[in-house]
Amino acid sequence: MRRLILALLLLAGPAFAVGSPSEMLPDPAQEQRARAIGRELRCMVCQNESIEESQAGLARDLRLIVRERVAAGDSDQAVVAYVHDRYGDFVLLRPPFRLATAALWGAPFLALGAGLLAILLLRRRGAPSEPVPLSPEERARLAALEKDPTA
Amino acid sequence: MIGELGHFALALAFVLALAQTVLPLWGAARRDGRMMAAAGPLAHGHLLACAAAFGALLYVFAVNDTSVVNVVQNSHSAKPMLYKLAGAWGNHEGSMVLWVLILALCGGAVAGFGRDLPTALKARVLGVLGLVAAGFLLFILVTSNPFGRVWPPPADGQGLNPVLQDPGLAFHPPLLYLGYVGFAVTFAFAVAALLEGRVDAAWGRWVRPWALAAWSFLTLGIALGSWWAYYELGWGGYWFWDPVENASLLPWLAGTALLHSAVVVEKREALKVWTVLLALLAFGFSLLGTFLVRSGVLNSVHAFANDPERGVFILGLLVFYIGGAFALFAWRGPAMAPTGMFSPLSREGGLVLNNLLLCSAAAVVLVGTLWPMFADLLFDQKISVGPPFFNTAILPLTVPLVLAMAAGPLLSWKRARLWPVLERLWWAALGAATALLLCLFLAGWRVGPALGFGAAIWLILGALADLADRIALFRRPAAAWSRAGGLPRAAWGAALAHAGLGVTLLGIAGMGLATDHLSAMRPGQSVALGGYQWRLDKVEDAIGPNWSARRATVTVLRDGATVTVLHPERRFFPVGRSTTTEAAIHTGLSGDLYAVLGEEQDGAAVLRLHHNLLAPWIWLGALIMALGGAISLTDRRIRVAAPASKRAAALAAKA
Repeated sequence: MRRLILALLLLAGPAFAVGSPSEMLPDPAQEQRARAIGRELRCMVCQNESIEESQAGLARDLRLIVRERVAAGDSDQAVVAYVHDRYGDFVLLRPPFRLATAALWGAPFLALGAGLLAILLLRRRGAPSEPVPLSPEERARLAALEKDPTA
Repeated sequence: MIGELGHFALALAFVLALAQTVLPLWGAARRDGRMMAAAGPLAHGHLLACAAAFGALLYVFAVNDTSVVNVVQNSHSAKPMLYKLAGAWGNHEGSMVLWVLILALCGGAVAGFGRDLPTALKARVLGVLGLVAAGFLLFILVTSNPFGRVWPPPADGQGLNPVLQDPGLAFHPPLLYLGYVGFAVTFAFAVAALLEGRVDAAWGRWVRPWALAAWSFLTLGIALGSWWAYYELGWGGYWFWDPVENASLLPWLAGTALLHSAVVVEKREALKVWTVLLALLAFGFSLLGTFLVRSGVLNSVHAFANDPERGVFILGLLVFYIGGAFALFAWRGPAMAPTGMFSPLSREGGLVLNNLLLCSAAAVVLVGTLWPMFADLLFDQKISVGPPFFNTAILPLTVPLVLAMAAGPLLSWKRARLWPVLERLWWAALGAATALLLCLFLAGWRVGPALGFGAAIWLILGALADLADRIALFRRPAAAWSRAGGLPRAAWGAALAHAGLGVTLLGIAGMGLATDHLSAMRPGQSVALGGYQWRLDKVEDAIGPNWSARRATVTVLRDGATVTVLHPERRFFPVGRSTTTEAAIHTGLSGDLYAVLGEEQDGAAVLRLHHNLLAPWIWLGALIMALGGAISLTDRRIRVAAPASKRAAALAAKA
């Protein structure tokens, strides 16, 4: 959906260029790795797109940098770190864990914890969860009734 | 002239909506029967006015009236009629008119079919709906007049963005709006219940069909949007965790939770406060989505209208409706004491777990969507939150949700035992484990897709186990057939919807194993991909109504036999001077063969070929989910109790 509108922004350029085979690495395994890395990196002039999906010039430059590093034998982490050092946090689609993102990464657990707490509190405050057990007299009367319903 | 009439109809609709708000609410507070009785006719009058405005809008687009600014900006005489009409709601102003029309339709349906509703409740529901409509009509009149004139009129319009010239545009927004606006009705019921200070099983019986209908439409709308992106954008992607997509996912998650907890209110009169809260939340998320899409506050967006003035207005509406409703909730909510008791391990307990997990997922999506803005404002840090984050963060919530989803329907109400449930599910677990290991073995230790296949099989077999248990297939096979006939349709619908999610997961897992190939090819050359031979035969010129194109012919062969011939295109639109790629897709049960044509150089054409394993199942599953919702709507219990839902059910079935 996003790209539908993105097209509006890109009308000037060749919208939806399909990609160019000359950018690809000759080794399919390396190309596969480069793509996986590229999907973690943001095209910084685009609306929330990874560099693998974007047609902007900057994305193309970054794609080439990633492939250069992969071809030079860097590990995946080293390539990401290389780009991260030069472009800052904004380039990472998976935000790094730090104080400003602690609540973001903790969101699933915070939400679950808060929900559980609310449920427990509501249960305690609400109606008693178990009916009061019968007293010995009531039980005796029940037994008598079960034996002889007319009593 | 017609444009002015349309504008007048909008103003009339606003006045009628105000009357529809004041008279019934005042009447309900004073127990004045005549004032309450005004709600129905006013709702119908309001519907007529909105329909007239929408008709006028369609008319000015159909005749390409270039003295209307909106037409000039979004239409062109050379466009096919379907896209002229669809273009009427393919822009900010027009889509808002569609929004209020659908809201008025819902109000008309409540008024027309809700004869069995208690008078005061009906008056209050219609009053709240009127208030919502009045706010949005005022928004249109003040900031987004769709009938504004321009003088002198230009010779022709500027045309619609070619990407939007697609049948998808005709159906995607109306379906989404039916979903969003449907939650306005459950919102109105929730506010009415808070005003009355009473929630009972009858209330639950009324809310459930509306939640079901809204949920089904929203499911279809989201799926259609995703499919549209998949075939129109030519990347083979189907979900991007874009803020705008997230904005539609949020009400879906809250609506799914609402749907389930309304069942508990109806059957057991428990979870009342919670259900009211979810109804407020579902509509709150719908409004938040509207705000995010139209204000441009987020770095995303498909925003058609990045206009701060509009953003502030919608934010005002959001604060007024949702803030007001939550204040009312804080005031009146605690008075609604729960009556039904249940132990933690029971159907009710399972549904509480469902609500907890769905709401947590919604919280994660909400936080992830808004965090870049917060980080910028609070810490002065620019960060991105993209698909890798969402995929990782949503996983710890999805896994227990899927695990519990198959077991929940097998639990008995009030107090359940776990062992009999597990006994009925062992073969589903066995099937899931087999699928998981098989995928790991065949596809080379790729954990994500393997988990997806396991989860999908678990859900589908779990739904079958649920049905088998209800008709006592294994205990008394002889009577199973007659029991199947007597099973309530709601049970069929629920099982179908759960299995539908399994089918969608199957497609998502399959897409995890999709392969593609990018290369420059000359006519006659072929490449191998996904067990097929793809041969480029020729590239030639083609002409359409308002575009010219280069069209490739790609023959796909398997073992020497032709499977299909694909015609991917690059289209050039002279109006607006833009180019689009039209992917050619051959859809089969085992997946899509997908070809995109790129640029040509020295007699060679760049082709990107995809083998998208099981891709169609993603949307097929969504269709099955919506069908489950529709079947559930035809349940006798709902038909007898709430005739109004008939119409919604008929609509859902048609869609």
